[in-house]
Amino acid sequence: MTAAPSPDLLRAPLVVEFPFTRSLGPVQSAFLTGLRERTVLGVRTGAGSVLVPPVEYDPVTAAEIRELVEVASTGTVTTWAWNPSPRRGQPLDRPFAWVLVQLDGADTGLLHALDAPGPDAVHSGMRVRIRWAGQRTGAITDIACFEPHEGGEDHEVTPHSGEFEDLVTGIVAPARLDYTYSPGRAQSAYINSLSARKTVGERCPSCRKVYVPPRGACPTCGLATQERVEVGPAGTVTTYCIVNIKARNLDIEVPYVYAHIALDGAGLALHGRIGGIPYDQVRMGLRVEPVWTDGGRYPDHYRPTGEPDADYETYKELI
Amino acid sequence: MAPTGSGGPARPARDVAIVAFAQTDHLRRTDELSEVEMLMPVLHRVLDATGLKTSDIGFTCSGSSDYLAGRAFSFTMALDGVGAWPPISESHVEMDGAWALYEAWVKILTGEADTALVYSYGKSSPGEVRDVLTRQLDPYYVAPLWPDSVALAALQAQALIDAGEADEAALASIADRSRASATANPHAQVRGSRPPGDYVVRPLRTGDCPPVGDGAAAVILAAGDRVRELCARPAWIRGMDHRIEAHSLGVRDLTDSPSSRLAATHAGAFERPVDTAELHAPFTSQEVVLRKALKLGDGVAVNPSGGALAANPVMAAGLIRLGEAAARIHRGESDRALAHATSGPCLQQNLVAVLEGES
Ligand SMILES: [Zn+2]
Repeated sequence: MTAAPSPDLLRAPLVVEFPFTRSLGPVQSAFLTGLRERTVLGVRTGAGSVLVPPVEYDPVTAAEIRELVEVASTGTVTTWAWNPSPRRGQPLDRPFAWVLVQLDGADTGLLHALDAPGPDAVHSGMRVRIRWAGQRTGAITDIACFEPHEGGEDHEVTPHSGEFEDLVTGIVAPARLDYTYSPGRAQSAYINSLSARKTVGERCPSCRKVYVPPRGACPTCGLATQERVEVGPAGTVTTYCIVNIKARNLDIEVPYVYAHIALDGAGLALHGRIGGIPYDQVRMGLRVEPVWTDGGRYPDHYRPTGEPDADYETYKELI
Repeated sequence: MAPTGSGGPARPARDVAIVAFAQTDHLRRTDELSEVEMLMPVLHRVLDATGLKTSDIGFTCSGSSDYLAGRAFSFTMALDGVGAWPPISESHVEMDGAWALYEAWVKILTGEADTALVYSYGKSSPGEVRDVLTRQLDPYYVAPLWPDSVALAALQAQALIDAGEADEAALASIADRSRASATANPHAQVRGSRPPGDYVVRPLRTGDCPPVGDGAAAVILAAGDRVRELCARPAWIRGMDHRIEAHSLGVRDLTDSPSSRLAATHAGAFERPVDTAELHAPFTSQEVVLRKALKLGDGVAVNPSGGALAANPVMAAGLIRLGEAAARIHRGESDRALAHATSGPCLQQNLVAVLEGES
């Protein structure tokens, strides 16, 4: 584990991005719609305390709670943390304080950002107020941040129906995470070999099976597979299917055949497209070989070699 | 387990022990290894320690998170390392391996298995773990603000400072003690004295935060007579429990950890003093909270391994606390140890186990 990474090790940026679409229950819907209308709602528990932001179930008793009240847009910092280097997606792009704010009328803290000139300007117990976002859609980010605010606590908590025109019933919460993906030693070697038009597997030291593509371990023996073995180039179709749906961004005419192909010397089949033969003439046992296109880093497809079909007994274990 | 009315510790229905533990060296990055390649040597070491083969194991349970690697179902690839063909009795938690160990313990208590292999792993190096962990937060009110794991821990640290329960010097001394202890731990990522560093998110400095790294760990559990065959001085699990607090940070008292205390009560931790505590406290301030919640006196050796401040492979660091506590009993350095694991922001979820050697 301490060896220096090999220069052949592959690395590539990997971005995982997804717009999570979430529906809101009655309480969250009222709260987030309220933010759009510059109104902050909480929910009152059976014991009488006011939770902001509100939830549907009492965190102590688990009872359903629906009694909405309006609280102030001013409040008191209960704890804070100075963030000198904001990260992507955070509320402000200049240094700011993270704060838990107990809004006037509420008994719990709301997490958000506080815009302040520096850490010396922030302390627990300081008074703050909401700075509303210019464009509000019914999301927690409708609060742009908090800002310092001189002024006492004079807010009356008032009942609120939770009714607004055009209630927000869902949010889209985009998420994005950035990675640098490395497939590790075994798969890097496989991919690098492919670009030299060689197919390389790894043999298990115990059961002698050759894995293609290799993943570094034999799943039967639970052992590392480190002996590199060149397989193919030709192989046998062990089973196949006929694809009738055209994939987006894929320049392949349908129908076409997608097959499991046991390369000669391999201990299991890999998949590939079969070309160079009418789709309805592909069969189990067909002998095929890879076809590389210019500059391709992996076989574009497999075509018949013209050899006689393989006997079923020779490949039945690999289906 | 026998039911108890009072909320006191339940007596396990079978005697179960941790009989072996192994971990990787924890490193900043391991690009040359896939997850299964990183994990496999640890699996072999823990099996070798007992003489068991994978085919002898009654139940296998693992912990990991796809969000670390950015790949779906990544645990299925790691399964290659345990020889999962022909099919084995297996389960996975998308959590720290400490919770996989809990599941394995329950499986053994029910009599459905006599031995279990528990492993977990995490490669934080491909992504930005501070950003990755934001995705476990409340998706409506909190996650859209992307508050990272250090920021949330810093809010907790400031609450402790405001309450007069810690100051920056006290936090720095926790970091110092942990990394000094880690000099005796060949697997640790960060060892020995180092300056407190700059603020990451004030009041937490570099030294108050765990290192980011890759690593894996594995443990073998066994019941009854099997235990004697596998280990000279087993670490008997006298009790284990896990509890969770309210999701919303603003509802909780961040200076306390009532869920840890409750889990410890149910695990029997307060019946007699412990001599060792392996606490999963990735941030210095969290050790302050846990010491109070778990009523640990100055006589208790806290994190003799160096703890998560010395090596924090996410998803394995909690299992390592159980493993380190057990290994200390195996070596005869402890007679009664508490092991703790956490998950979620600001000690949201907590697991406590009590382990004992026979005197
Ligand atoms: Zn094998």
